[in-house]
Amino acid sequence: MDIAFDKSDFEEIEKIKAKYPTNMSAVMPVLWFAQEKFGHVDEEVQKIVAEVLDLPEAHVYGVVSFYTQFYNKKMGKYVLDVCTCFSCQVTGGYDILEYIEDKLGIKAGETTEDGLFSIQSVECLGACGYAPILQVSNDVYVNHLTKEKVDQLIDSLREDKMPEFESIPLPQHQKEEN
Amino acid sequence: MSMDWKSYKPLLLPNIKNLHQIDVYEKNGGYDSLKDVLKNKDGKWAKDNVTNEVKSAGLRGRGGAGFNTGLKWSFMPKPDGGPRYIAANGDESEPGTFKDRQIFEYNPHLFIEGAVIAAYAMTVNAVYVYIRGEYRSWIQKLQNAVDETYKKGYLGKNILGSGVDIDLYLHSGAGAYICGEESSLMESLEGKRGYPRLKPPFPAQKGLWGRPTTINNIETLSNVPFIIKNGADWYSNLGAAKHPGPVLYGISGHVNKPGVYEFPTGMPIMTLINEVAGGVRNGKKVKAVVPGGSSTPVLRADQLEGLTMDAESLREAGSMMGTAGLCVLDEDTDMIDFLWRITHFYHHESCGQCTPCREGTGWLEKLLLKIKNGEGEYRDLDILLDLCTQMEGRTICALADAAAWPVRYTISRFRDEFEARCKKTIYATA
Repeated sequence: MDIAFDKSDFEEIEKIKAKYPTNMSAVMPVLWFAQEKFGHVDEEVQKIVAEVLDLPEAHVYGVVSFYTQFYNKKMGKYVLDVCTCFSCQVTGGYDILEYIEDKLGIKAGETTEDGLFSIQSVECLGACGYAPILQVSNDVYVNHLTKEKVDQLIDSLREDKMPEFESIPLPQHQKEEN
Repeated sequence: MSMDWKSYKPLLLPNIKNLHQIDVYEKNGGYDSLKDVLKNKDGKWAKDNVTNEVKSAGLRGRGGAGFNTGLKWSFMPKPDGGPRYIAANGDESEPGTFKDRQIFEYNPHLFIEGAVIAAYAMTVNAVYVYIRGEYRSWIQKLQNAVDETYKKGYLGKNILGSGVDIDLYLHSGAGAYICGEESSLMESLEGKRGYPRLKPPFPAQKGLWGRPTTINNIETLSNVPFIIKNGADWYSNLGAAKHPGPVLYGISGHVNKPGVYEFPTGMPIMTLINEVAGGVRNGKKVKAVVPGGSSTPVLRADQLEGLTMDAESLREAGSMMGTAGLCVLDEDTDMIDFLWRITHFYHHESCGQCTPCREGTGWLEKLLLKIKNGEGEYRDLDILLDLCTQMEGRTICALADAAAWPVRYTISRFRDEFEARCKKTIYATA
């Protein structure tokens, strides 16, 4: 893909800029927008983001390198962010991570040769009550992981099907509705 | 505590189907507080009166520090005609914390209503809601609610004909624990690396884009509508006297029914574990509890009897309320492994600005890994405690303290377990 913004992108970026009193403030939302479009925000993407916001490239690089969700290189089509932190650690997060590593034949931080999957071991995702969990490509959470659930997830991703958002009912609501 | 928690009816997350839809929210009294405030009949809800009501209700911030919310609002200087801001903190990145996302999902309008009332009280025209980037699904949910709110005229220009203009914008983080720290959050909103700022100046003097700013947690602002509706006296009688109100308890770890539960402050920890969350998995015993997110000092099982979840009781017991995210650990938990993982987290999340934190978090992790791998020596425990002393209070923000406390208290409260893992090396003296 050519690394460039088109006319409708520029319109979208103008809308983002209008939310803030300074151009610099738009850098994170514009990086998110660019990552959505290009799949990553490597140096080439950083360059056009810097251009459109009239910021030094070094500043954009500084932002990208600070935040873990910005990909400064091409990643697999699906990035599996497995939480191993705190509540996930004590409920088997590392077992899930190892199982996925074995299943895909790569380690955390690597991408499969076919470019389909990357695995990352990540810090707390804020879903501690539904541990162990993972997040697919900065998007949907998969909760209460088991090996079977991982198998199903990977099968459906191979068929290009993203899991759907799972709304977890609050336990107090379940009880009172009886 | 004598409170009958079983009959408690949630206020933040009431059991009403489709409450996230604005029509349903309105039908259940939603936006009535805002209407009442903006009507300001006989000057009842003059701006200062709103702030004073919140202050005397005794609402304390739910993001971790537990500071009186109305008092914080009163620090905003007099309006000078220039912009003033609220930054609503939905970064929710403290391990063990997963409460604000329930508000985004189940009752987003309560938060929006609270934020608009707060903005009115502080003469703020723009609210920026900072939400962790991982919560993409929940950002979308809140955005849907915000769009509905604009259409109904509770946000935007001349709200309900009152002449008050308030805008509310969502801003997505991108994966950085430190951005939950208020000054780092502002740096991030300004489009920079999330490096915390030196204080003073405090945000009320010089916050976002150099202008007066108040930072409040999502759950905190969500308390405001029913303080306005039912009054400060009613609110201050809910739960613990010095730390009143409803709280979202996020219970995780080795319990049968983990999840977010709403009760007033002052719930006994053992009730939360055994009755609310269905007890420890597989009939095991409790070994320890981290009561309010990963940075709050761990409590041993023998410290829990009779202990209640409020700032005063937890401080006396040697811990903190934090975000009320309780992680329950069963008798089989390896405390060394558990602590090592916490130090790994803080090492990963240190922004690198201050040397004691950047280097200290690394050394904490290294030494704990050494002990975890069976290579530790007795003296490493004392080196760890010494490191904590060299980190605490010596940095721009509290991340170094947050990293040091778990180490200090896990070692001191489980010293036997740590010593048993260490080698008794005897050093020859010259």
